[in-house]
This record gives sequence, structure tokens and C-alpha cells, in this order.
Amino acid sequence: MIRIENISKRFKKHYALREISAEFRSNEVIALIGPNGSGKTTLIKCILGMVFPDEGQIFFRDKPIAGSVMHRAEIGYMPQIGRYPDNMSIRQLTKMMINIRRADRNNIDTELFNAFNLGEIEDKTMRSLSGGTRQKVSACLAFMFNPVVLVLDEPTAGLDPISSEILKKKILQEKAKGKTIIITSHILNELDDLATHVMYLQEGTIRLFSTLEDVVSITGEQRLNKAIAMLMQHNFYNGNLHAKKV
Amino acid sequence: MLRISKHIISDIIRNKIIAAYTIFLFAVTLGLFQIEDDAGKAVLSLLNIILIVVPLISLVFSAIHYYNYLEFVELMVSQPVSRTVIIMSQFTGTTFTLICAFLIGTGIPICFYQFDETTMSLLFSGVVLTIIFSSIGHLVSVTSRDKARGIGVALMIWFYFSLIYDGLILLLLFALSDYPVEKFTLVMSSLNPVDLARIFVMLKMDVSALMGYTGATYKDFFGSGTGTLFSGSVLVLWAVVPLLFAINAFRKKDF
Repeated sequence: MIRIENISKRFKKHYALREISAEFRSNEVIALIGPNGSGKTTLIKCILGMVFPDEGQIFFRDKPIAGSVMHRAEIGYMPQIGRYPDNMSIRQLTKMMINIRRADRNNIDTELFNAFNLGEIEDKTMRSLSGGTRQKVSACLAFMFNPVVLVLDEPTAGLDPISSEILKKKILQEKAKGKTIIITSHILNELDDLATHVMYLQEGTIRLFSTLEDVVSITGEQRLNKAIAMLMQHNFYNGNLHAKKV
Repeated sequence: MLRISKHIISDIIRNKIIAAYTIFLFAVTLGLFQIEDDAGKAVLSLLNIILIVVPLISLVFSAIHYYNYLEFVELMVSQPVSRTVIIMSQFTGTTFTLICAFLIGTGIPICFYQFDETTMSLLFSGVVLTIIFSSIGHLVSVTSRDKARGIGVALMIWFYFSLIYDGLILLLLFALSDYPVEKFTLVMSSLNPVDLARIFVMLKMDVSALMGYTGATYKDFFGSGTGTLFSGSVLVLWAVVPLLFAINAFRKKDF
């Protein structure tokens, strides 16, 4: 679905991404993890075409995304910090998004919208919403247009436990539909039952990209946070997981 | 593009600055026509006010609006909408509202008191200046990430075109007063859109006769076909070139 070929991105002298190559297929849930400033959000924004890599190319369905915008119609994106026009109410915002996406009003996924009870506060302006509620709006917009790819940047940060569970349930549902889902998070425990793949970024390079089963079997740890901690202690076996296994 | 402009316009209309701008222009125009018995004098005073206020508001408002609308822009950038469409919608939305405010504020009183060729040219210049300075304002705000800096630069540009430029030309005229520099100053002043607008309206007035030899040269040049073509092209360039640079910068920008 998404193929990344050798992309690098530099902000001034600092490399945010360094020669990243990877491929994300359908039926995969990729947990994108790594310390702060390791390039997770930059990578996501490159995929969306919000940030332009200095080198390398990204392909969506085997077509380069440079210069095209239509691939974004198939991606649902939930930003880390959702920023919306202050004066707009939730109702106006959703109406506008439907209008801009030229989506069919009858073919809209309002499940999250209902589950979060956003209908009750539909007329509140975005300015007056709390950070968590804004995050809920972001989540609704990401899932609203039945995209084939979901890109979720720290989806549960700032959500209360109940909403967090609702969102996780929704992600699992979409996973069952065979979508490609990319999630970044610092809460590794919640990725355990979602992820099929793990990508660990550090200082803009991929230290690990492997299936969850491989990570579990190599480390012998069932929980992702323990497995990652162990891999970090062993410095990721210098990037060669299978050497350890043999 | 229109569907996005529509959202922007419906948001700006509720903006208090635009309302204040309209009321201010309306009050000033109405007041000048009430105070002055001679309509020609009123139009001249109005011209001077418009030449100062319209560029200032167009520049600063379009710059501030871009920064205040950054959230909206960021949201659009992650959607299947091309960058060119986003920035063009911003530009048309802001410029359209500013033009409407100007035409309502100045146009309505003018229609009541003095509707002739001169006031028509005054309204036309105001609209053209709005487009030009909104285009420059967009270029400034797209290229500088920091809001305070962007607005500072916008103010500097206004200061330059409204005051410094004329001062420099006067200085030059004074220094070179021994030489025949009419043609030179004519070209120089037509490179400034504010001066060009001033000349354009002045030549429609009777006062141009009072400007002496310089006025005659101006009338000679700007009255001719080449002159009109030249000044028209300069105005179009002033509107289009900054906008093209702004579009180009916006297309390459990281969000």
C-alpha cells in the first residue's frame, strides 16, 4: 500500500529522518515507536505529503505521492495535536470536511461520533473544547470517511480511559476489515493487542522493523514494553534480530 | 477552490476588524462630503486618506488573517486538496472581503454625493490597491513563520511605499535639480503602486492643472496609450508577482 524508498529529511543541520525505507501493506497494524524527537511524526507527515523529504520517494499504491493530493482522500489522519478553526462549531467543522472531501453524506462512518456522544455538544465552538474533546473530534474525522489507510499520531494521549477503550475497539474493528493502520504511541501496553508490526525509530533511523511475533519470540517477553526494553538493553543486536535467534 | 473560499469568507464576514474598517471608511467619506462644500476638495482629501488606509489595512489584515487561520490551513493540508488551491482560496477569500468592505464603505456615500469619472477612478484605484497589498501581505506571511516578524515586515513595507519611497524620490529630485529628470521621476514614481494610484486619480481631477510642468509631463505620458499600457502592466505585475512567489513558497512549505 505504502512504500517508502530511502527518504531523508533535514531541518537545518539536524537530520529528522535518515535514509528510511519500509513498506506497509494492507492487513498490517504498524506500531511506530521511539523516543521524543526520533522522527515519528515527521515520517507520518512525509507519508501524508505535509512535509517534503529532501531525498527519496514515497509511493502510494505504487504511484509516487509527490505532486499528487488524491492519495490523501484514502488516508484518515489523526494529528498529535488537532488544531481547528476557533470559531467553528463541531457541526460546522464536520459539515465542512464532508464538503471538502466531496463525501457522500449517507456513506459516513458516525460510529465514533455517536460513541463519544459528540452530538450533545455539537454546537460548541472548537475554541471552547477541552484538549481531550478536541482529540475525540480528531478521531471522528479520521475514521469518518472510511479510509483504507489510517494514520494515528498518539491517538489516546489526552483521552480518558473510557474514551480510550472506545477508540481502541474502533481501531480493532478497522483492523479486522484489513486496513493499513499506522499508530504512534508512547504507551506500549495499549499497542500489545493492536499491532502486527513494530517499527522502532531512533534519531531518524530505523533500529527495528519486524513483526510482533518475531519480537516476542526473540526476546521471550510477551509484553511489548518489556520486549522493547530488553531489545534496547542489547542495542537491538545491532539491527540483526535473527542472528540472536539462530 | 470556491468551496474553500466560501468557508473562509463566511468566517471573515463575522470578523470585527472588517466591520470596523467598513464603518471607518463610511464615516470618513460621509464626513468629508458633509464638511466640504466643494465636492472636488472632498474627493481630494478622501484620496489622501484612502491611499494611506487601504494599503495599510490590506497588508496587515491579510498577514494577520493568514496567521490566525494557520489551524485551518494545517487541517486543509492534510486533506485531499492541493496546496495551490488552499493558498488561492485564502487569497481570494481575504481579498474579496476587503474589496467588499471598501466598496460598501466608500462606494455607497460616493454614489449619493458625487458620482462621476473622478470618483469612479478613485474606487477603481482602491480596489486595485487592495488586491496588490493583499497579495504582498500573503507573500510576507507565507514566507515568515513568526507572526510578530511577519506583521513587522508588513508594516515596514507599508511604511516604505507610503512614506519612505516618496521621500527618496524628492531627495533625488532635489539632488539632481540641475538636470532634466522629469522622465526619470515619472518612471520611478510609477514603480510604486501607491503613487501610481495617486497619479491615476489626480489626472482625472482639475487639480492636475495646478501641478505645473511636472503635471503636464505626467498628463502627457499617462494620458497616452503607451502610458496607460505601462501603468496598467505595472499594477498587474504588482498584484501577480508577489502572489506567484507566495504560491511557490506555500507549495514547498513543511507543516
